[in-house]
Amino acid sequence: MSVSDLTPLSAPGGSTVRAVHDEFHGDLLEVSMGPHHPSTHGVFRMIVTLDGETIVKLKPVFGYLHRNHEKLGENTTYLASMPYTDRLDYLNSMTNNWAYAVAVEKLAGLAVPERAEYVRVILAELTRLLNHSCLAGFLMQDCGCSGTPLMYAFREREKILDLFESLSGSRMMCNYQRFGGCRVDPSADWLAGAQRLTDGYGAFLDEFEALLTGNEILMARTQGVGRLSSALAISAGVTGPALRATGVAHDLRKVDGYGVYPRFDFRVPLGDHGDTYDRYMIRILEMRESLKILSQALAGLPGGPIMDPKAKLRGFRPKAGEAYGRIEGPKGEIGFYLISDGSANPYRYRVRPPSFINLTILEDMCLGRTVADAVIILGSVDIVLGEVDR
Amino acid sequence: MLGTGLIKGLAVTAKNLVGSYHDPARYTTLEYPEVKPKLPEAYRNFPFLVTENATDPMGTLRCVACQICEKECPPQCIYIEKSKDKKPDAAGKPQIYPAVFAIDTSVCMSCQICVEVCPFDAIKMDQEYEIATTDRFGALLLNREQLAKPNSYYHQIHPTEAVEVDARLAEERRAAEEKAKAAAAAKSAPKSAAPAPKPPAAPSAEAPKPPPAA
Amino acid sequence: MDTVEQLRDRLLARFPGAGITVVANPSPAAQHSLLLTAATARDLALFLRDEPGLQFDQCSNVTGVDWPDKEIVDTTKVTLPDPAGGPPKVVEQKSKRVEPGCLEVVYHLYSIALRHGPVILRLRTANRTDSVTLPSLTPVWRSCEFQEREVFDLFGVVFAGHPDLRRILMWDGYQDHPMRRDYVEPDSYEWEPTPHGEVLAKARQHYPAPAAAPEAPKP
Repeated sequence: MSVSDLTPLSAPGGSTVRAVHDEFHGDLLEVSMGPHHPSTHGVFRMIVTLDGETIVKLKPVFGYLHRNHEKLGENTTYLASMPYTDRLDYLNSMTNNWAYAVAVEKLAGLAVPERAEYVRVILAELTRLLNHSCLAGFLMQDCGCSGTPLMYAFREREKILDLFESLSGSRMMCNYQRFGGCRVDPSADWLAGAQRLTDGYGAFLDEFEALLTGNEILMARTQGVGRLSSALAISAGVTGPALRATGVAHDLRKVDGYGVYPRFDFRVPLGDHGDTYDRYMIRILEMRESLKILSQALAGLPGGPIMDPKAKLRGFRPKAGEAYGRIEGPKGEIGFYLISDGSANPYRYRVRPPSFINLTILEDMCLGRTVADAVIILGSVDIVLGEVDR
Repeated sequence: MLGTGLIKGLAVTAKNLVGSYHDPARYTTLEYPEVKPKLPEAYRNFPFLVTENATDPMGTLRCVACQICEKECPPQCIYIEKSKDKKPDAAGKPQIYPAVFAIDTSVCMSCQICVEVCPFDAIKMDQEYEIATTDRFGALLLNREQLAKPNSYYHQIHPTEAVEVDARLAEERRAAEEKAKAAAAAKSAPKSAAPAPKPPAAPSAEAPKPPPAA
Repeated sequence: MDTVEQLRDRLLARFPGAGITVVANPSPAAQHSLLLTAATARDLALFLRDEPGLQFDQCSNVTGVDWPDKEIVDTTKVTLPDPAGGPPKVVEQKSKRVEPGCLEVVYHLYSIALRHGPVILRLRTANRTDSVTLPSLTPVWRSCEFQEREVFDLFGVVFAGHPDLRRILMWDGYQDHPMRRDYVEPDSYEWEPTPHGEVLAKARQHYPAPAAAPEAPKP
């Protein structure tokens, strides 16, 4: 597309809207959505080219929150990168920690005690609950349902964050996993609290679904919007609920069977349209499966140590080599690729950020829709800019 | 029928609205400055330095300026300068102490790694959270006088953990004293026919835990 | 799934002379990788994606690695005859040579259809300065689009055949590539109260006035 004849429309001082001329489409309007737009979930920007109201081109612009996380990882020790992983996807620090721990454990060949594996599963599923609840709330916010579902979701999320705080000391920046186990052993009180939460969460989900799932406005706004084909989703590396909403049975908890997931009985919900409503529904169904896993994990939690006694905290230097470790985070496959040269710092530290890669097909989903739909589609992809920009 | 979903949803919001007046499960907020939340014991904020004795905080710092936390700190917010001389610590053993110990709390990210790597249980996490200040620069850079807090305060905020730490330190001190006594006894023992094995060279009281490999 | 050696043999049977090397990974993870040549990389990638039995339909992770030039000192022992007629002497001669570095791009492939993987592909540029072009695999796997842009942005590898090769995380017009090992951060400085010596030294350069000396914490 040749962009010519640039005419700023707004007053001096920078325009967010300008007219462009295109030989094929005729007169178009280029709108810069973001970075300070409430619908962009942070500092994300989309340059949307509109033909009337229809999107003919959409280019995402990243980097407003870029801090070169990977370079930081190369300049600190393996342990010191752990608290930085909290800040990637700041809703889901527990799963970020786990993915990083998995990669380092692969690199150094560390074993993880069974109790720690169970605790990790419990925390990961709690994280999935809070992420998916919040996502549903944010999606409603994007639809224009301002506040109510989001506040209900936040109310429940706060209960999970209280559990995280009483275990790890911090609500969101947990910094809890260690190479070869977990940092502190959950007490009986804590486990009872987790059990209470698991028992009560189903009732909240019922209420949440009564509020949303059958809601005609939500259906009208989301069904058929932002369709994604399974072939494109696979090719574009889309993972997590967005991939499963297109009907592809790909859940690393089943595929890789990492940790102790093969011991639990749960199902992987799949969508069949790949539209925004499916992406919403998959997350509600996944939360119900997470509750199943949680009650099984809490019932089967074995005793024993929480840390591998051979794991070293100080002076951790894995032998030279490389490893890629991945887990199923709430947003998709979160992986860490590490190259060690035998020193205390990783030679190369790479994060595979699911929200960033899931945005590859944002334009494909938005073409032919309106700006209002683009907001919902972006909301249903589920991004956190801390992870997108790194 | 079109509209049933909406009506159901409105019933949910009505239930929550009414419930927020009497049901604590639906009304979960606190009126903060008047009502303060009860912090869990594990809650962490910024680090502080443990001193044994509240009346002489600088004389009884547990910190021996080994600088491990300075090296391990991810955002590099700790700054330590070793002392040139030695002062007796709480057990009466002459030790190096930190001449300068500063933490830039505007950089600190409360990750607790300094606490985990400290072999001397000298640095712990505080729970003080009302620390807003109008001075962005000076007031957030804490020196060792501001950082030092007595062990009794540590017991107050992290009771379970503090009891464990005290028991461990007492055990280590006792073991070190016994070892020192045994070494002294071996030294003063009359030289018998067989040459006595050399007493352990390193005075182990100086390092309660084995020094780190890094 | 095949081991990485079997996979190499299978690829070589289909593409003779493709020049595939197995890069061993000595860590316990034992994820060995295949080093491809730039000329045949895209054909091999298409084959890996489409061949029944392989079907690597997902390229999960694309990343760059910078291997800077290394100076290596070789020590060779040379036997020199003694001009005075004595027994020959053994002299150590040291010679320096520079092992040229490269930029490496690593692709992690998985198969969603057959649930196997990873197969790790590596591509290396000839050097780090002027010959940094590699074929883009975005036409094969769409997921490479943003990740290759990121490698271009942060490492400076140019991907031939990429549909939209622009900077992605840094801003347009930025010159350097921050993830390279020899990247020097720009000399910008914001005054902050720190007791760190090197930061203070830098502060003095930027703020020569006495205001530059922030209060040192009192001992």
